[in-house]
Amino acid sequence: MTVINAKAASVRFENVSKVYGAKVTAVDNINLEVAAGTLVTLLGPSGCGKTTTLRMIAGLEMATKGRIFIGDKDVTKLPATDRDVSMVFQSYALFPHMTVMENVGYGLKFSGFDKAEARSKALAGLELVGLTGYGDRLPSELSGGQQQRVAVARALVLEPQVLLFDEPLSNLDAKLRRQVREEIRDIQKTLGLTVVYVTHDQEEALAVSDEIVVMRNAAIAQKGTPRDLYEAPADAFVADFIGEANLIPVEITALDGDIATVRIADYTHRLPSRGLSQGPAKLAVRPSRMRLVAGSGDGVVAVIDKATYVGSRMEYTVTAAFGTVFAVLDDVVTPFRVGDGVTISFAASGPVLIPADQAS
Amino acid sequence: MRTISLERTTHPDLIFWITAGWIGYCLLPWYGVEKFWSLEWLLEGWPFDADFAPAAMLIATGQKLWLAPMVLALIAPLAVLGRRKSDPWFARVLILAGGFGFSWLVAQGLGIGLRGFNADWLTALFGPLEDRQFGMGYGAMITASAFLFLFTQGIAARGAVNGDVFVTAAIGGVIAVVTIFVFFPIAKMLLAAFATDDGGYSILGFFPKLFDYRIWGLGCLTGGRCGVAWNSLVLAIAVGVLTTLLGLAFALVLTRSGFRYKRLLRALSVLPIITPPFVIGLAIILLFGLSGTVTTSVAAFLGVETSRWIYGMPGVLIAQVLAFTPIAFLVLIGVVEGVSPSMEEAAQTLRANRWQTFRTVSWPLMRPGLANAFLLGFIESMADFGNPLVLGGNFDLLSTEIFFAIVGAQYDQSRAAILAMVLLGFTLGAFYLQRFWLGKKSYTTVTGKGDSGVHPPMPRGLAIPVYVVVALWSTFTVVVYGMILYGSVVQLWGVDDTLTFKHYITAFRIEWGENGLRWTGSAWSSFWTTILIATLAAPLTAAIGLITAYLLTRQSFAGKRAFEFGTMLSFAIPGTVIGVAYILAFNVPPIEITGTGLILVISFIFRNMPVGVRAGIASMSQLDKSLDESSLTLGANSWQTFRAVILPLLRPAILAALVYSFVRAMTAISAVIFLVSARYDMATSYIIGRVENNDYGLAIAYSTALIFVMLAAVGLLQVLVGRTRIGRRTSHAEGH
Repeated sequence: MTVINAKAASVRFENVSKVYGAKVTAVDNINLEVAAGTLVTLLGPSGCGKTTTLRMIAGLEMATKGRIFIGDKDVTKLPATDRDVSMVFQSYALFPHMTVMENVGYGLKFSGFDKAEARSKALAGLELVGLTGYGDRLPSELSGGQQQRVAVARALVLEPQVLLFDEPLSNLDAKLRRQVREEIRDIQKTLGLTVVYVTHDQEEALAVSDEIVVMRNAAIAQKGTPRDLYEAPADAFVADFIGEANLIPVEITALDGDIATVRIADYTHRLPSRGLSQGPAKLAVRPSRMRLVAGSGDGVVAVIDKATYVGSRMEYTVTAAFGTVFAVLDDVVTPFRVGDGVTISFAASGPVLIPADQAS
Repeated sequence: MRTISLERTTHPDLIFWITAGWIGYCLLPWYGVEKFWSLEWLLEGWPFDADFAPAAMLIATGQKLWLAPMVLALIAPLAVLGRRKSDPWFARVLILAGGFGFSWLVAQGLGIGLRGFNADWLTALFGPLEDRQFGMGYGAMITASAFLFLFTQGIAARGAVNGDVFVTAAIGGVIAVVTIFVFFPIAKMLLAAFATDDGGYSILGFFPKLFDYRIWGLGCLTGGRCGVAWNSLVLAIAVGVLTTLLGLAFALVLTRSGFRYKRLLRALSVLPIITPPFVIGLAIILLFGLSGTVTTSVAAFLGVETSRWIYGMPGVLIAQVLAFTPIAFLVLIGVVEGVSPSMEEAAQTLRANRWQTFRTVSWPLMRPGLANAFLLGFIESMADFGNPLVLGGNFDLLSTEIFFAIVGAQYDQSRAAILAMVLLGFTLGAFYLQRFWLGKKSYTTVTGKGDSGVHPPMPRGLAIPVYVVVALWSTFTVVVYGMILYGSVVQLWGVDDTLTFKHYITAFRIEWGENGLRWTGSAWSSFWTTILIATLAAPLTAAIGLITAYLLTRQSFAGKRAFEFGTMLSFAIPGTVIGVAYILAFNVPPIEITGTGLILVISFIFRNMPVGVRAGIASMSQLDKSLDESSLTLGANSWQTFRAVILPLLRPAILAALVYSFVRAMTAISAVIFLVSARYDMATSYIIGRVENNDYGLAIAYSTALIFVMLAAVGLLQVLVGRTRIGRRTSHAEGH
């Protein structure tokens, strides 16, 4: 039985820039390391340079400056054909005039496999994505999810050193998206593939990644494990982009070692200072880490503006002196009502301080 | 595991071209040999006879020593064979060797001709040369190609176009052939615009000739006659608009209606394209001329005098629209089919009704096709020669004026050249207007996603006029062809209406003699020549056209605009001018091919290439680029991608290019009439000869036979190329 193996290799960017024409800088001097066998996500809003970065790994764009390594090899000048990298496109880019089998076998044809070998590899690839028996169909005869899997199989069977995904789930419906992303993650883990994955969907990024690289304005804003980024965002941009965050203006009134005392209106809260000094700062609080208590108490006085029942929990928009915040509570049995007066406080862990000046 | 081409130390492409260079230099006859393919030269003194000797042998015997330096350029590449492509010396040596070899070959070819040095300053510099040389032959041609492709491989190794050998070679190759067979002859001819009567050159004489009232006069607004430039412009715009609209109507009926006899309609609309142009002109005279069938019956019915109204603008307009609508149709059918059904379906689900869908989605998406169709109609009309000659009367047009300036009593090369410049100005103006209109919008509609939609039928408000137009035009076409068919079987048109096959028998008699089959009909010789030339020219034209289209749409490189301009140039120039330019350029060394079949093939390739380019561009701009990119990331190189992904998806464009170039090679007249020789006579020039002898019966019979041959050929090509299976349903019946 033919099996698909991985020849996973690392990817390294050294001071890579990409400039289009004379002055449009798509990627500005980034350094990046993707360890072999891991799944790294490039995450960011559109136009942040994540797709350009991916295409530079593929060899579809050539770096203007800097060097790119796959494994230990400098591939900076190699065209796509010569790099041992495959890519799954957002549009899937299945060849409409070829059957599923021909599509999956396409790359094998150019990689020096003999016919029988190529066929058994292609079959193994189709089996891996659960499409055994679909070989004779045309892409137009498949559903969106099936087309997507053909695209994955087509890239996988080449056993590339690096597998690239360009927003692979954006054309799928939500339910399928969860299923396919789990399949991708499973295959990646089972085969030990190196995968670089581009998305603008933070939930998708959190779910599949070993490491996430958040990009903004052609540069890397922060990189780290999903938990790092979620729980300790470096700045307001990352805090807001990775999951929702309430950004509350605060004043650091005292520092005690690495514990800061912050004042919000007339409420004080103690939490790690993360190297910030006294003065204005921002407190990033996830909606689920907000605490709301009826009536007045120890905290900031506020009023419920909107209350939404979403089945498993309640979502509230709350207005206080410092502005409007968004809170999620698990108590659906005795919800607050619009106009109720509440007191806001924060969970012991979760809220983090971030610098005030870096407004996004 | 992929082998990385940059690290290989064996280079099959390089070995191939080095070998080719050596074969061209050491084995093949360097100078042109008549009847090369009979291989008689092998027995008649090769390799020692100076007429057949390869370059190496000439030098060894002490002749043509100026060919010797090229041997350096052949030796140098051997030194880098074992090196890696990424080695800087690899690129350096190939660029130097290829560049030097090619330039030397060109320089010696242009510098030394039939009477020693071609230019006085060369004689002054080196002293008079006793020796001389003739036109280059296969040896020189193959060596030159080898130098060119060594050079492009060197450029590729330097990292141009991402180090892509196929793309750089394609760019280099197309630039070289376009320069040699388009720019060179045109430059030679335009130089003639500055020529004075005494053989010198003058700029002063140029401007009065350019602003001559015979060209730019506006007398027709006040009842007089207008200049030829205005006549041509008005006619070309009218023809461009009418052919585009008619072509679109046919394309719409074929793709967006439940019409049953689509195949019949398709065949009917393609008929005029397989007809020699003057034949439509003749048929129109038979119908609408002074004693034409329609004219006389209408005059009798209404009781008015018959008139010569058809001679002039109306006649030329009708004939050209008849002749060029199929071209617009062939361009538009691919585009109309290519509009993604899901976009139209999307519009319908967005509460657009059929008419709104058509107006806001289908029509804008067809814009590249419409612009291309108009451009082709405009240029074809500008360049057409046959119809104005037959039907123009006093209505002078640029193309005919050029012809008369050269062949007429005036024999004024410089006037011809100036008229050609005006004509070129118009066609290039149209070209840039089209670019402006299309702007930078993306018209990509075939994406990598499978598309399972169905084209919606036309809105009713559009369908009815479209049906009416198509029905009327089809009837008209049938009548015109009926006249042609009928004309070929009557004894003498308008005088003796007895039915007879004698014209066919005179032209195509076959006899059983003592030596087996004998082709005794008078037409056979030109017939077989025509078939041979057309068969050679069609695939070459399609190949060059589509490769050029691929380069223009899919690759970016320095000088792309100039490149595009160059490939379109030959199309903008009427065949008459091309014919004269070829005679001027290729009658003397270094390329001496007048009187051969080769010059006919070449003139067809470069005359018809732009159609392949346009059709290719229109279809290719509808293929999403991610298809190419995914093929590249899957390890196919750009040649493999071109062959396995692009070509199969371009079948309609390939078919259009093949059909068009084959048919044009069989029906063209304007350039051909200058280039034919006794040995290589073409069907059209033979027919024109018969027309001049008032032998209309034979002329029409031969034309009819040609039409049937081309019909068969078109059908055969359609079967050979086949349909692209991309799984789009075409029927409206399903699911309704």
